Amino acid sequence: MLQTSLSPSSLVPPVVPGTAPMLAISDLHAAYGQSEVLHGIDLDVAPGEIVAVMGRNGMGKSTLMKTLMGIVPTKSGTITVDGTDVTALKSHARVAKGLAYVPQGRMIFSTMTVQENIETGLTVTGSRKVPQDLYTMFPVLLEMKGRRGGNLSGGQQQQLAIARALASNPKVLLLDEPTEGIQPSIIREMGRTLKKIRDERGLSIVVSEQVLSFAMDVADRVLVIENGSIVHESLRADIDEAQVARFLSV
Amino acid sequence: MFGDYSLADLSSIFVMQGFAGLILFSVYVLMALGLAIIFGQMGVINMAHGEFMILGAYVTYLCSSFFQAHLPSLFGAYFFIAMALAFLASGAMGMLVEWALIRHLYKRPLDTLLATWGLSLILQQAYRTIFGPREVGVELPSWMMGSIPVTDSIEVQINGLFVIAVTTVITLGVALLIYRSRFGAQIRAVMSNRPMAGAVGIDTEKVDRYTFGLGCGIAGIAGSAFTMIGSTGPTSGQLYIVDTFLIVVFGGAASLLGTIASAFSISQTQSTLEFFLSGSMAKVLTLLAVVAILMLRPQGLFTLKVRR
Repeated sequence: MLQTSLSPSSLVPPVVPGTAPMLAISDLHAAYGQSEVLHGIDLDVAPGEIVAVMGRNGMGKSTLMKTLMGIVPTKSGTITVDGTDVTALKSHARVAKGLAYVPQGRMIFSTMTVQENIETGLTVTGSRKVPQDLYTMFPVLLEMKGRRGGNLSGGQQQQLAIARALASNPKVLLLDEPTEGIQPSIIREMGRTLKKIRDERGLSIVVSEQVLSFAMDVADRVLVIENGSIVHESLRADIDEAQVARFLSV
Repeated sequence: MFGDYSLADLSSIFVMQGFAGLILFSVYVLMALGLAIIFGQMGVINMAHGEFMILGAYVTYLCSSFFQAHLPSLFGAYFFIAMALAFLASGAMGMLVEWALIRHLYKRPLDTLLATWGLSLILQQAYRTIFGPREVGVELPSWMMGSIPVTDSIEVQINGLFVIAVTTVITLGVALLIYRSRFGAQIRAVMSNRPMAGAVGIDTEKVDRYTFGLGCGIAGIAGSAFTMIGSTGPTSGQLYIVDTFLIVVFGGAASLLGTIASAFSISQTQSTLEFFLSGSMAKVLTLLAVVAILMLRPQGLFTLKVRR
């Protein structure tokens, strides 16, 4: 199921054997202009699986996320969401097919209120009202719903960005370095939230990370990306922390 | 310069010129609204905005001639139809231009400046060819002519009141559209962060097209209003485009309230000074004041207090 350049013994079966992957990426190449950044990424994510993509700065984590979202153009390869090929689609059409994105730096619409920010995520669903369960999951957003998004703290903005992404009822949630610039106590809280989202909604999550403890806490499977290729992959259960840590050290 | 007038005269002059300034203000607001929406949304400086306004003015002129010739009984109501048609004509042309020209140049802001300037020249020549080089004026229905005497020395024109009412309605409509509707929320999301707006599921290209159409349509209505204060020629739009840019910059981009406040202060200053000085001196003084204020406050009159 997985095609990587690694030895067969390190290949990992998906969490639920026998089911079709929710997100399938094959031989994905992406480039900024002439300079290629992703050199053939292969990755299958099972329904309900949480995959952490680790790697140092500049190794292609964010580019992978942006390419999946259609913000960076795909050079070759395919991206399939729940059986639908989305490679040729624009960002908004990919959202309609089930991808949702929490970008690095959160990218809240700073001049719009909290509620309006969440409502932008509703665009592809056609619904007008913010689902109550989002506010139940993030009560602080209900308290602040009339405040401008830009005036929230980092942790609150992170919750808002996740709520905005969930508003489109995604099948696959992409999070790009969600722990960046967030205090440690809130990072632990966020790990719990992500697992709760997966358990309640059954969606697949791909999270890019530099913090190994956070990845160990949330992910079912950990990948290491280096210079635009996946160089290591293991299930959480049999992960060699020292080995992954070596990949992450500068 | 005030020495030759009595106190009563002076107050009448200020009221009358203030009122004349309000009509100018209305045209400016409508023009600047469209320009500010387009600039805020896609960072495109539409040099052809004046020509979209003049298209609205020509549509109004055509309507007035058509009703005079064929439907004289409905002539009293033609102005409303003319304004709706002006909005549709300018809006449709705006969407066409966005589709054919602007969308290919989004990543090249300087090129859009040149391209829209070229477009404005093309449109001016097209107007000259179609409508002739001579300026045309519209016939106003009788109920819009004349004025209401307020005191012995102060009179307000009915068509001025009408233009002000129209501007108020349209400004409120635009404010509601942008701050209360779902389409408005999408416009603001795209303004705030274009790639992210796409990544939450907003079709940014569609939003761009409709926004450009909306901005140009409002310019068309401004053209309709303009026919009451000036006569329409192929190059009349050029006179207004510079002032309109000034208003947008002075007001602080991306602030509706700032645009209105700056249109008000600039049109009032100009209109009042014009009475006492020559037209060009009035312009010089207005420009100097704007330059001085912008040096002290480069971000414009109004800005949002928010972390970026």
